[in-house]
Amino acid sequence: MENPSRAEAFPVGLRVLVVDDDPTWMKILEKMLRKCSYEVTTCGLATVALSLLRGRRDKFDIVISDVNMPDMDGFELLEQVGLEMDLPVIMMSVNGETSRVMKGVQHGACDYLLKPIRMKELRNIWQHVYRKKMHELKEVEDHDISEDIQMSRSFSEDFDDRQGCLGKRKDLDSKETSDQECNDTAAVKKSRVVWSVDLHQKFVNAVKEIGFDKVGPKKILDLMNIPGLTRENVGSHLQKYRLYLSRLQKQHEERSSVKNIQPDFNPTGPRANFQNSATMNQISASGRYVPITQNFQAYNRTPAIFANNVKSTVALRLKDQMGTISSVETSTPKQEPWSNGIPLTSCVQRSKHDHEPNSSLEDCSHLPLTGQIHQTTTSQSLPPTSIISVACNPEQKTASTRTKPALNSTVVLPVICTSDSVSVQVERGSVDSQGFGVKHETDGSKIWMSPLREPRAKNEKDFVSLPEESPLSSLQNIGCFENIGLNSMDIFQHTGSTSLTGFHSNWYDGLEFNGDYSFDPVEYQVTDDCLFV
Amino acid sequence: MEYSHLQRQAAYMKKSLFDQGYLNEQFYQLEELQDEDSPNFVEDMVTSCFRDSTRLLSNIEQVLEKCPPDFGKLDTYMHKFKGNTSSIGASRVMNECTQFRECCDEENIEGCLKSFQKMKREHAVLRQKLESYFQLLRQDGPVERAARASN
Repeated sequence: MENPSRAEAFPVGLRVLVVDDDPTWMKILEKMLRKCSYEVTTCGLATVALSLLRGRRDKFDIVISDVNMPDMDGFELLEQVGLEMDLPVIMMSVNGETSRVMKGVQHGACDYLLKPIRMKELRNIWQHVYRKKMHELKEVEDHDISEDIQMSRSFSEDFDDRQGCLGKRKDLDSKETSDQECNDTAAVKKSRVVWSVDLHQKFVNAVKEIGFDKVGPKKILDLMNIPGLTRENVGSHLQKYRLYLSRLQKQHEERSSVKNIQPDFNPTGPRANFQNSATMNQISASGRYVPITQNFQAYNRTPAIFANNVKSTVALRLKDQMGTISSVETSTPKQEPWSNGIPLTSCVQRSKHDHEPNSSLEDCSHLPLTGQIHQTTTSQSLPPTSIISVACNPEQKTASTRTKPALNSTVVLPVICTSDSVSVQVERGSVDSQGFGVKHETDGSKIWMSPLREPRAKNEKDFVSLPEESPLSSLQNIGCFENIGLNSMDIFQHTGSTSLTGFHSNWYDGLEFNGDYSFDPVEYQVTDDCLFV
Repeated sequence: MEYSHLQRQAAYMKKSLFDQGYLNEQFYQLEELQDEDSPNFVEDMVTSCFRDSTRLLSNIEQVLEKCPPDFGKLDTYMHKFKGNTSSIGASRVMNECTQFRECCDEENIEGCLKSFQKMKREHAVLRQKLESYFQLLRQDGPVERAARASN
């Protein structure tokens, strides 16, 4: 739904959904809102409103609803909208009893208007949209700052703890919408706390431990011990959770049981940890665009590059046959401070001892970074599991050549690219490269990866060079690209002609890959450039 | 600007409706919304309002006929009725609604019945007055009406 007026100054063109079963009020409200230059959609039923919202998640900025709807309690609608779409909701009623108003606020209404409603009251509703965005921005900032600190510190900590944090399905949809909502804000890019399945599970565990009656955001936060998570995040999540539970009791709603969509990595020694981390990004390497929708902000993960907007983690796992993985930190010459939003790329490489310092990996540090990437947090020290964070740089290509990492090393690169555009280039070692480029673009909530180039036949040769596994299977292992713990599993399905095999074939002979990835191996173009994802 | 006799009559009528508390500020809001795109907005809203409110009144009446009446339903209908009449600013009717709801809460059937009768009366009176009002307006030219509406 194009809204040309949105090009005008906010709040002109604010997209309002009005839900009221009183036809007279519906017309009046519509008229009033139109006079405020807002874009109005009306709806006489709460269920219809919900399906409208669900169907077009990013099509509305704010919802105004009467409390008394015939098909659904207005408070329930309020709660659902808040949980799923996270849009500001204004309640209306002719009943102004304090208890009702209080209930509205408790359920998350950002305002409660009493009928008869005056136009001037409607004129100001944009402030709720604005306030929410400001709030989210601040949350992101706070989180990122603390995350920067935390990431480097915690990266070297037990990686296992973080594994699960990687994006899983969980409230993907709800976060998706919030991300999409973010998209609408022109230049505003922000990351939101993504309540992944695992994170939420920690939350729930904390709540249980504390005791539902005594629970409070601070206690939960302390128990969860997730770096970067703020009390606010927990508080708002707790509120939603409470409502959700009470609704569950009523409806026996089936909770999203979609857990980890990500394939399980075969735990193999030290790699297991990493594998399990959802940093595997799923890149079908076919060069097709795949939306990456989530941010892993909350993940205390391996090198994560958080962009303001969308975060996607791409993990390339390079497995060391020997099972020894060494962390290699790469410092990209061009690598800007995280605040620049250049994704990092810390290449952690687990490689054989005789593994060359994966200069290729190290070279990753040369990953060109583009300004498109807003902010990044990078883990300076990679966990023992091989994780290579790849910087995202849509534009540049490093000219540096990488040396081939030691054979049989599997490096997993979790790359969280939160930039608008990320190019993933796998650096090839000895082989001349083609660029495996994954152009990573975010349209706000999604990061699309596309190959920079068409895979060249050369890749095939590269495949051949793989000592151990067939390119395809290796590539499959690289499926780590596919399911990198991005919150949204929609992400990073890089399907295209680029294949990772070339990538890793270049780098590592005999790289082992986790075959668990349901990855469509295709050729990835490999370039001499840095590997950056 | 010269006001015709009809205009003055209409203006007077409106004023008295306000003075006597039949209407409140919401009515002005409706007038403000009236424009070229919806030149009969006020009347349309009043018509729409009365259509629904009349229906609701008969619903309430039906519930009241039962013995004992379903107070939950009464409350629901009344709430809707009040919301509906608030759309045109029918303040006297709305006041009566509040009374009715109080009786409902107390499950005071007598009180409810009495209150309901009053409500019906107020509702009917207002309807009549507004009909006359709009008739007067219709007899005026559109220009004058628009001018008056923006006052």
